[in-house]
Amino acid sequence: MNALLSLAAYLAVVIVLVGLLMVVTHLSGERHLQKGTADPYESGVTPTGSARLRFSADFYLVSMFFVIFDVSAVFLFAWAVAVRQLGWVGYAAILVFMIETVVGLAYLWRMGAFAWGARRLREHRERHGVSSAR
Amino acid sequence: MHAESAGVRASTYGDLYLARRADLLAWSRKYSIWPFNFGLSCCYVEMATSITSKYDIARFGSEIIRGSPREADLMVVAGTVFVKMAPLVLHMYEQMMEPRWVICMGSCAGSGGMYDIYSVVQGVDTFLPVDVYVQGCPPSPDAFIRGLVLLGEAVASEKRPLSWLVGPQGVVRSAKPSLRDAMRPERQKQTDLRSPDGL
Repeated sequence: MNALLSLAAYLAVVIVLVGLLMVVTHLSGERHLQKGTADPYESGVTPTGSARLRFSADFYLVSMFFVIFDVSAVFLFAWAVAVRQLGWVGYAAILVFMIETVVGLAYLWRMGAFAWGARRLREHRERHGVSSAR
Repeated sequence: MHAESAGVRASTYGDLYLARRADLLAWSRKYSIWPFNFGLSCCYVEMATSITSKYDIARFGSEIIRGSPREADLMVVAGTVFVKMAPLVLHMYEQMMEPRWVICMGSCAGSGGMYDIYSVVQGVDTFLPVDVYVQGCPPSPDAFIRGLVLLGEAVASEKRPLSWLVGPQGVVRSAKPSLRDAMRPERQKQTDLRSPDGL
């Protein structure tokens, strides 16, 4: 209960302090508005076009695979630093985990997830017939 | 000295408080002039050298080099300003937030230098309000630091509005003395060229 009270007091101090700082900095100081003041900073160059660009969906797949296999590396490192304490039981556990990961990798490879661009299109055509994919 | 003169003029306690606060703010500004990371040509090498440990502009409160004009206080125009580049320099100056200052570093930025030619701007003061001129081709980091210190003195003595909502607006800048005239007697005493090998 006491800890909760201190946490609440801390929260109140943070909110009051940040609020005060924001209000004071908003009211104080100077302001100016020139031709280029509100533009995004692009090293002095006038920005052109929109920041909302269209990327190939393949990039999204690559990033998702990276996240998935990167997280598996996190488990591997956590096991590696405590390898002696965990013993053979830990080894068996991480082996099962890694085999599952490799099976997942093989599955993704088999379904053509790592194919890129024209190759992905060709494999898609081979699997589903030429007429279904343009 | 400055605080006292402001205090004498203050008629009420409120005025006195505001004057003291303005002095405190000016003093704080003097020791926190953050330069904008921006250079046009070879003078920038000397400016960058002034950040290194041998010269160390952190001693004067300018160690934080900002990559964004929104956070920078000082634009050092270091290098030849070509006509093609001038609109970009002006654009970046417009993107800097008040208070902001400009140091013109080197002969090229100051007057076009040796480039008396169609493609080079004959002095950045044709389109920017320059606060301090640093001479040299290129100026040594020591000369740049001297310019920075001069700017600090000017910043400490200029008057700026406390808020954009209340009080008098507009900036009262200090006078810009010519160092050439002030240093002339001392410089004219230097008659011997010493060897660069010793001090």
